[in-house]
Amino acid sequence: MSAHQGLATAYVHAGVVQISVANLIVIALMLVVFILALVLPFPHSRDVEAEDDHDQH
Amino acid sequence: MTSTDRRKGNWTARLGRRLDNAVPPGRRLPDRQPAYVRSWIYVFGVATLAALLFVLASGFALAIGGTTWWHTSAVGHFLNSVHLWSVELFFVCMTIHLWGKFAMAAWRGGRALTWITGAVAFVGSIGTAFTGYLSQTNFDSQWISTQAKDGLNAVGIGAFFNVLNPGQMLLWHIVLLPSVLGVLVVLHVILVRRKGVVPPIDAEPPARELPSRPLESRPAVPSTPAETPTRRQP
Repeated sequence: MSAHQGLATAYVHAGVVQISVANLIVIALMLVVFILALVLPFPHSRDVEAEDDHDQH
Repeated sequence: MTSTDRRKGNWTARLGRRLDNAVPPGRRLPDRQPAYVRSWIYVFGVATLAALLFVLASGFALAIGGTTWWHTSAVGHFLNSVHLWSVELFFVCMTIHLWGKFAMAAWRGGRALTWITGAVAFVGSIGTAFTGYLSQTNFDSQWISTQAKDGLNAVGIGAFFNVLNPGQMLLWHIVLLPSVLGVLVVLHVILVRRKGVVPPIDAEPPARELPSRPLESRPAVPSTPAETPTRRQP
């Protein structure tokens, strides 16, 4: 018998929408990762910085 | 006909030329990309491909062991978990990739087919995952199949897509759907290489490309990476 059997799953009800709390948390985390991917600067090596400086001069 | 003409006309030469036309040699594995590609959002497309490789490798190993192997073997159980969690990562990364591409209107500049192959691959992946639920050989898969059959019968496909038939569902899961998905993914990657990454919506052509024509007659955005400033990939 698996560990989760017999345990009630929590659900969120909003009109016709019904979703488990676990799935809701996963979707929320995906949105957080998406926003972080948009706003966080992408790291780059010193070689690229030097190349950029060379391009500008 | 000379020997040179024959070489030009044989099928391997023609195939080689078609492959060169499909993806020119410089674009197959480029080490430079436009500056706007330097963003975390592009990592998720590659992460999706990496997760897919794990899905295929773990699925291959599970197929060798057989459908019920993972119930009785610790190694099988581990591989089953690798299969499950790589699928989870595959869908998470693909969904974030989809959100990013939708926000960028990535179908611009003649990239409609790139968008379409990606979208169809996404939907096809969901179908493939559903047949995976039906191939677990446990009470979970039995329950899911009985819940699915009424809907599929209602839309008229139950006669040839019988979710109560575990053998049929297993073959759909490990042969038919992955084959279609594989072709779609390869096409998608080739189209990305062929057309390049879509430029930002408000991108201006670089100064060296600006012609002397009036502003309103210039193209709004560059259509290929070759026309934009590039930066070596990290």
